[in-house]
Order: sequence, then structure tokens, then C-alpha cells
Amino acid sequence: MTAPAIRSPAREFWRRFRRRHTALLAAAIIALIVFAAAFAPYIAPYDPAAADYDALLQAPTWAHLAGTDSYGRDILSRIIWGGRVSLAVGLISAFVGGFIGTIMGLVSGWSGGWVDTLLMRLCDVLFAFPGLLLAIAVVALLGPGVGNVIWAVAVFSVPVFARLVRGSTLVLKQTQYVQAARSIGVSRFRLILHHILPGALPAVIVYMSLRIGSAILVGAALSFIGLGAQPPSSEWGAMLADGRSYLGVADHLTLFPGLAIFVVVLCFNILGDGLRDALNQKLQ
Amino acid sequence: MPVFFLKRLIGAVPVLFAVSLFVFGFVRLLPGDPARLVAGADATEQEVASAREALGLDRPIWEQYLRYAGATLHGDFGISSRTHEPVIAVIGARFLPTLWLTLAAMGWATLTGGLLGVWAGVKRGRWQDQAAMLVAIGGLSFPGFWLGLLLIDLFSVHLGWLPTGGYDGWRSLLMPSFTLGVGVAAVLARFTRSAFVDVAGEDFVRTARSKGLTERRVIWRHAARNALIPVVTLTGLEFGTLLGGAIVVETVFAWPGLGRLLVDSISFRDYPVIQALILLLSAEFVLINLVVDVLYGVLNPAIRLRS
Repeated sequence: MTAPAIRSPAREFWRRFRRRHTALLAAAIIALIVFAAAFAPYIAPYDPAAADYDALLQAPTWAHLAGTDSYGRDILSRIIWGGRVSLAVGLISAFVGGFIGTIMGLVSGWSGGWVDTLLMRLCDVLFAFPGLLLAIAVVALLGPGVGNVIWAVAVFSVPVFARLVRGSTLVLKQTQYVQAARSIGVSRFRLILHHILPGALPAVIVYMSLRIGSAILVGAALSFIGLGAQPPSSEWGAMLADGRSYLGVADHLTLFPGLAIFVVVLCFNILGDGLRDALNQKLQ
Repeated sequence: MPVFFLKRLIGAVPVLFAVSLFVFGFVRLLPGDPARLVAGADATEQEVASAREALGLDRPIWEQYLRYAGATLHGDFGISSRTHEPVIAVIGARFLPTLWLTLAAMGWATLTGGLLGVWAGVKRGRWQDQAAMLVAIGGLSFPGFWLGLLLIDLFSVHLGWLPTGGYDGWRSLLMPSFTLGVGVAAVLARFTRSAFVDVAGEDFVRTARSKGLTERRVIWRHAARNALIPVVTLTGLEFGTLLGGAIVVETVFAWPGLGRLLVDSISFRDYPVIQALILLLSAEFVLINLVVDVLYGVLNPAIRLRS
């Protein structure tokens, strides 16, 4: 064996992640779905809003692979277009929540004292709203709609990231390299940005990938109960709410959008698990 | 023990206070005049003015909060702007269905999740472990509302065995409580497994095994018992997931509980009810976690003695 004695943490991480085939497969499926949503105008076989009154509630055929809905709209095309909304809700809200939470955690862990107490009590209050309730309260306040759902789900993710990053910051603050940098007079801003943040970031990224899955679920749930994307939209939760009235008559209306949510969330969860395991092995 | 309990109880007070401030501010943050919202869209100027006076909105803000807090502590949440009944009566009628639903879901989910987790932990690395964890990650990713619709489709529409929804005896409870519990069972299975794997490597488990105890006794009396301690805390947190999940599941199954009341109230802009529900559900969650914290202290003396 002539392996180099020291590998960079990033390469070491990649080497371990590469062996997790299910996680790689999940990442590939996610890439495919993101690609389909991004290029929806070129990939979707039909216009997602075009009604066809000669083809109402048709079961899957070669012309309509996932069937048609009560207006004769092609369900596959609607799912591909709806992916834009569902993925945007998941990605943007997890990112915004992660971003705000990370800043809160860095400030909280670095400053300590009353700032820390104040921010952590704020997190306690946010945690006091059980699960979906915080998101629903935000939507009740801002009104229904996709934009508001993104904010609602972001707020719901903030305390998780704040606690996570605060914990890492407290540990990293005591490491020798941070102490050394501090002793040679590196500015506080630079210390946090260049020495603490890179150490806390891997955990944030892992958590973000796990969070995207639940963000998509929460976003779809809000649309399903009528507080998110509104009917003409082909957001997946809204499509399910739409197909609900045709249970037993046209099951494909609920089958395919539900399957889309399930597959995407499952892939993000498997990917997140894989990233976490690849990252954690160092600690064991 | 009493000191430990007292400390936790006092710790919950500021959180509850902040939650009440948030809920109090809620109606005041809404765009538009709260008096007009409460009086209803078709109210006359005079009705709006009397609503304003009745709500005390002409008073200084701190006095408004004190009045609100005082009334809340006396169980007075105002009048529903939809049904014109006292909010407490509207909520009271919906409380029991949600309680049954969450308890049934929690019951089966903790039992199944815990057992699945221990089983996967015992069979660590083998196919049983992988299968169990695959089931768990699937359960975690399953949208509850979709599962509910699939169950209705199969058991009510096609087989005709169970009612599609409503609140009528134990048969109507089966599908909603199953749907609600799946996510929690999955989380608990994953967590129990990792807690069990951690504990299985401890010295006391090796000692138990080396003194010739049966494998069954080692697993249940020594390993599982200790692994389940951290699981208790998570179970408390998962109650929050259930309370949130109930909102969706009650909508799917037309279950007359608090969750559906909240959704309906939001679409009717019935702010007194929304406000009271958010306060009550959060307070409930804070109190459940308080109980869990105390229970954790009872199960794990190290935590109790440290604080």
C-alpha cells in the first residue's frame, strides 16, 4: 500500500460516501428529478394547464402515461411542472432556514453571555410550537400561498440549525487553531468566517439535506389542506387534494402525485443519511 | 427529586410567557383592523366600534396584554367570530377526539417503533437490520395525507371494511391512528436502534453476557432497558409531530378534532379560535415535554443528581 499518509477531509469524506451505493442512487434520482423540473417546458409531453374535454379522468395510456385529471389535463406533465413548486419550497426553505439558523448559532455560540441566553430562549419558544403548527401559524398570519409557505417552513427549520451550529461553535472555539488565530489578533469576523464556519458547515449541509425532505413534506401538507399552493397550480400536495374527490373512480389522480412526493422525500432522506454516516465515521 | 421537578417547572414558565406574548401579538400583527376582523366582514361601523371597546383595543398595549393573560388564565378565550359561541366551548367539543387519536397513534407507534428498533439493533448488520431500517426510512418519507388516501381507497372504497371518515367508534379510529403513527414509529425505530447499538457495546452488557445470562435476558433486562432511556425524551418531542400531524390526518378522515377545527378556522378567519388553539396546543406540548423531562430524571439518576 502506497496510500498517502494524510488525505484532505473532503477527499476522505468522498471516499467513504462513494461506497454508499443507495445514497449515490438517491442522489442520481434527485438530480434527474431536478433536471426534469428545471427543463419542464422541454420535457413535459403536454401543456400542464391545457384542458382536453375529450379525455377526462382517463386511466394511464400510452398517450397519457399517468392518465388525465377531471379537466383532461395530462397528469405526468402536471407532476413535472409541479416539481418546480415542490422542489423550490423544499430547497429554498431549507436553505433560508439553514442560513438564518447558522448565523444565529454562530453568534450565540461565539458571544456566550446574555446574547446566547436570549437567542437560545428564542429557539425554545420556536420549539414550543409543535411541528407543523408553527408553519400553520405563519401561514395564518401571512395568508395562503407558495411564497408564504416557503417562509413558514423556513421559520420552522431555524431553531434546529441554530442549536446544531451553536454546539459545534462551542467546541470549535476551544480548539488550538482557533485559539492560535485569536492570539495573533485575527479579527472576530474573520475568525468566525474562516475558522469556525468551515468546521461547522459539514454538519449543516448534512442536516440541510435531511431537512429538505421534511420541508417538501410540510410544504405539500400545507397545500393539501388548502393553505399553500392554490388549485390551478400543479404543486403535488394541491394535486392530491384535487384528486381526493375521485377516490375509487380515478385512483391515478392520487397515486402519481403521492408517489412523486414519496420518492423525492425518500431520496433526500437516504442521501442525508448517507452523507451523515460518511461524515460521522471519523467520530466513531 | 422535588427540587429537580420544581426547577423544570420554573424553567417552563418563561417559555409559556413568551408563547402567550407571541399569540397575543398574533392578531395585532395581522394586516387590517383586528376589531373589524373580530366583528366580521359585514359589520357596521357601530359594531366595529363596540367590538373595539369589548376587546379593549382602545387601551394601552400592556394593559391589553394583562387583560388577555388574566382572561386566558380564567379560561376565557373570547367569542368565536364564526359560530358566536364562547371559544372555550367550541374547543372543548373537539378536544376528546384529538386526544383519542393522538393517544392511539402514540401507543402503537412507540410499541412498534421500539420493538423494531431493538430487533434491528440485535440483528445489526444483517439483512433483518437492513430491512427494518428500509421500512423505517420509508415510513419517515411517506406523506401522511397520501397514506390516508391510499388506506381509504383500499379499505373503504374497494373492500368496504372501514368507514371513510368521521368519529364513530373504534373502527373509525383504526385508519387515522395508523396514518398518524407511521412517521413517529419510523423515527423511534431509527433512534432506538442506534441507542441499542451504543448500549450493546458497553461493559455492563459484556459482563451480563459473560456471567452466563440467557441472550434474551441480556437483551431485555440489560441492553434494551438502558437503551430506552434516551428514547423517552424523543417520544416527548415526537408528541409535537403528532399534534402537527393530527392537523393533516383529521382533514383527510373528516375527524372532528382540534386539527380540523384549526384548518377550518383559518379558512373562515376565525381569529379568536386560531389564537386560542395555537396557545393551547403549544402549552400542551411544553407541558408534555416537562413531564417527559421529569420522567427522564426518574429513569436516569445521573441526570437528576447533576442538576
